[in-house]
Amino acid sequence: MLRYILRRLLLSIPLLVGISLVSFLMMHMAPGGPIGAVTDLNPKATAESRARLQAYYGLDQPLHVQYGRWLARMATLDFGDSFSPDGRPVSEKIRERIPITLTINVLSMTLIFLVAIPVGIYSAVRKGSLFDRISTVTVFTGFAIPTFWLALLLMILFGVKLGWLPISGISSLDYGSLGVAGKLADRARHLILPVLLAAFGGLAGMSRYMRSNMLEVIRQDYVATARAKGLPEGKVIFRHAMRNALLPVITILGLSVPDLLGGSVIFETIFAIPGMGQLFYQGVMSRDYPLIMGILTIGAFLTLLGNLLADVGYALADPRIRQA
Amino acid sequence: MSRSLRWFAIPTALLLIAGCSGGKPDVPGKGAGPAGPPAYGDAIIEGSIGDVSGFLSAVTTDASSHAAANYVFNGLVRYDKDLKLEGELAKSWDISPDGKRITFHLRKDVKWHDGAPFTSDDVMFTYRRMIDPRTPTAYGEDFRQVRRADAPDPHTFVVEYGRPFAPALASWGMHVLPKHLLSQHPDISKSPLNKKPVGTGPYRFVEWKTGERVVFDANPGYFEGKPYIARVFTRVIPDQATMFLELKSGGVDIMNLTPPQYTRQTETAEFRKSFSKYKYTASAYTYLGFRLSHPFFRDVRVRQAIAHAADKKALIDGVLLGLGQEATGPYKPGTWAHNPNVKRYPHDPGKAKALLAEAGWQPGKDGTLAKDGLRFEFTVLTNAGNEARAKTAAILQQNLAEAGIKMEIRTVEWAAFINEFIDKRKFDAVILGWNTTPDPDQYDIWHSSKTGPKELNHVGYANEEVDRLLDEGRSTFDLEKRKRAYFRIQEILAEEQPYVFLYVPEALPVVHNRFHGIEPAPAGISYNFVKWYVPAALQKHKIQP
Repeated sequence: MLRYILRRLLLSIPLLVGISLVSFLMMHMAPGGPIGAVTDLNPKATAESRARLQAYYGLDQPLHVQYGRWLARMATLDFGDSFSPDGRPVSEKIRERIPITLTINVLSMTLIFLVAIPVGIYSAVRKGSLFDRISTVTVFTGFAIPTFWLALLLMILFGVKLGWLPISGISSLDYGSLGVAGKLADRARHLILPVLLAAFGGLAGMSRYMRSNMLEVIRQDYVATARAKGLPEGKVIFRHAMRNALLPVITILGLSVPDLLGGSVIFETIFAIPGMGQLFYQGVMSRDYPLIMGILTIGAFLTLLGNLLADVGYALADPRIRQA
Repeated sequence: MSRSLRWFAIPTALLLIAGCSGGKPDVPGKGAGPAGPPAYGDAIIEGSIGDVSGFLSAVTTDASSHAAANYVFNGLVRYDKDLKLEGELAKSWDISPDGKRITFHLRKDVKWHDGAPFTSDDVMFTYRRMIDPRTPTAYGEDFRQVRRADAPDPHTFVVEYGRPFAPALASWGMHVLPKHLLSQHPDISKSPLNKKPVGTGPYRFVEWKTGERVVFDANPGYFEGKPYIARVFTRVIPDQATMFLELKSGGVDIMNLTPPQYTRQTETAEFRKSFSKYKYTASAYTYLGFRLSHPFFRDVRVRQAIAHAADKKALIDGVLLGLGQEATGPYKPGTWAHNPNVKRYPHDPGKAKALLAEAGWQPGKDGTLAKDGLRFEFTVLTNAGNEARAKTAAILQQNLAEAGIKMEIRTVEWAAFINEFIDKRKFDAVILGWNTTPDPDQYDIWHSSKTGPKELNHVGYANEEVDRLLDEGRSTFDLEKRKRAYFRIQEILAEEQPYVFLYVPEALPVVHNRFHGIEPAPAGISYNFVKWYVPAALQKHKIQP
């Protein structure tokens, strides 16, 4: 097992380099460049100042030299400095966005699993019942409603009309002067709407997935056997059926690893959350090459890691795979 | 607070507070409740759609960053409430008779926020950094025109130009940098000051939480007196609808409204009880520009016909909900350089058809005009994500169809739009906008030498008289002479229509009405921000100094 993991990790290095090369080329193929935001349609920017800026960012070098430099830096885990006017290290810019994005994603994912799995199982067991139909309509409504619209409605209700919750942002203006408990409460109040909304939109996928898994498992011979043995229905469902229906969830969990650090631009824009989605979007719009490459590389790494974790987790959970 | 020293294209329709300008208030600029005497204290929360990218305006280009920097830094000169240049860090200045030398007399009572005195050394240092190749600035060009700079004593700064250059004076509105804090940093963009600025301005930097907010506190030693409002929060709220909800719930005190918000969502008694709305002519205009080498648009009659076909009233009503005015040229109505008496093109499809017929365009079977077997069909380009421009295109499309011209619309992402189409001159016509500066020099936009790649005369306009007048206008400090030159330029542009000038929008700021002392002027409302105050009885936030 250990050897298998080591081999997979080693194999992922050339894969990562390949992904980064493709990303790098794609990024440079996109029209425009980092200095465009500063110099395009700016009468004060002459050809000379443009050339000076190009040289400043090393963009006057051939593409392979630029990529080589980036790769050499990456080898020492140095993401370089952002091309935006603040010129801050990319790692710093990413690091300050991770906590909030991670918090929202972990909370909403937990909420999704907590709600969707029971709903899916119950819908499967009582297929066609009133509960099944209501839950189906509800989760699909969540899936179909445009987030930004629902978000605005909830903001109007809870923020403007009732005044219970803050409308946007992640902390109050007096956050710095609050005590530890006050800070936690303040954060929580700011997170309620975003987390609920993110979870609402994600319920459909997970609960439907769970439902169909469960339906399939219930039809298996071993469930019929369990019933034939005279086991009570609860035991059949929870001991025999559910545990098997949960197996594929491990794969989903693994595939969700890169999503932990991903953020939705629309979502973060509506709630004024300074998260990864906005950072990446702004990076792309301003052609901030080091920042784009940094985020893409982290994303690629997490995807590979997630796949590996899913495979390992599956092997641990399912003896048939472990022996194969 | 409201200085826009430079031009830049506006990829979005939203102008920030820093871009407000002149006009009349929609409601009297008085606050509600008992109007007490000016009092110190309280805080103002400003909504901004973009985050700050740095505080040294030499190396930033976005409106949010410049607005933030204006709290902390000063220039030698600034625009006053009537958009005329006045001294800021410079008490006064003299211009030598030949117009080549400017001598600035600096204020002696100015201190940096850390207590160090401000002197001509700081100005000299700023100038040197502006021309230093290690400074990643897009604004170095004006400073490279300087032949010689000298600081004969701590409170005098002299610059000499090779020839008289009128726009040079405004370029000294560039924020002056503290030499004693920056001389160790060859690249100012990477210096700590770009994140934690120390300036001479009315407010001191307190905190910047990236993507969330910036906090400033009043500078008690400000040379124009301590500002009344004790603290300024600039909150980053990227979504206009969210920001409006924040305004209504007290999370924001000042923001810019969109036309629908202004006309439809704020006309309630409840809203009027708490807020004052203002309305000014913005320093910007939108135009339809032609590639003048295009066989259709080479003929001035065709351009004039399109000007007649375009229904500017419908555009203003449809796009801006009436909150704008017809543009007749590239200058802001109401400013000294604007010529109000140029040729106008009232909406007249009949006249448009007549002019087109004169140019040889005859209606074909389906009503579309044709000439020599070629149908009058072209594509107008505009940048994606700008709703106002997309609506403008749709209305123009209908207007032109009435005149027998078939116009297709294509929207392209900003960077691709500039690099693949504008720079390569691969377009028939474009819908774009310019921000205008108080100084009327528009050499880069209209001079025939500025048609190269990446240069701004992208329509390829060339007129010898305009070339000469542009030169004349920028090489004298005599306001009358300049005015004559720019008035004539506007006459020629109105006649030749290289652009069809469409409309000038209104800036629509709204402020919570506990703030008093707001006096709308051509420059907008924020020029006297340090004099705004909240009467003691109405103060909402308790700020410990």
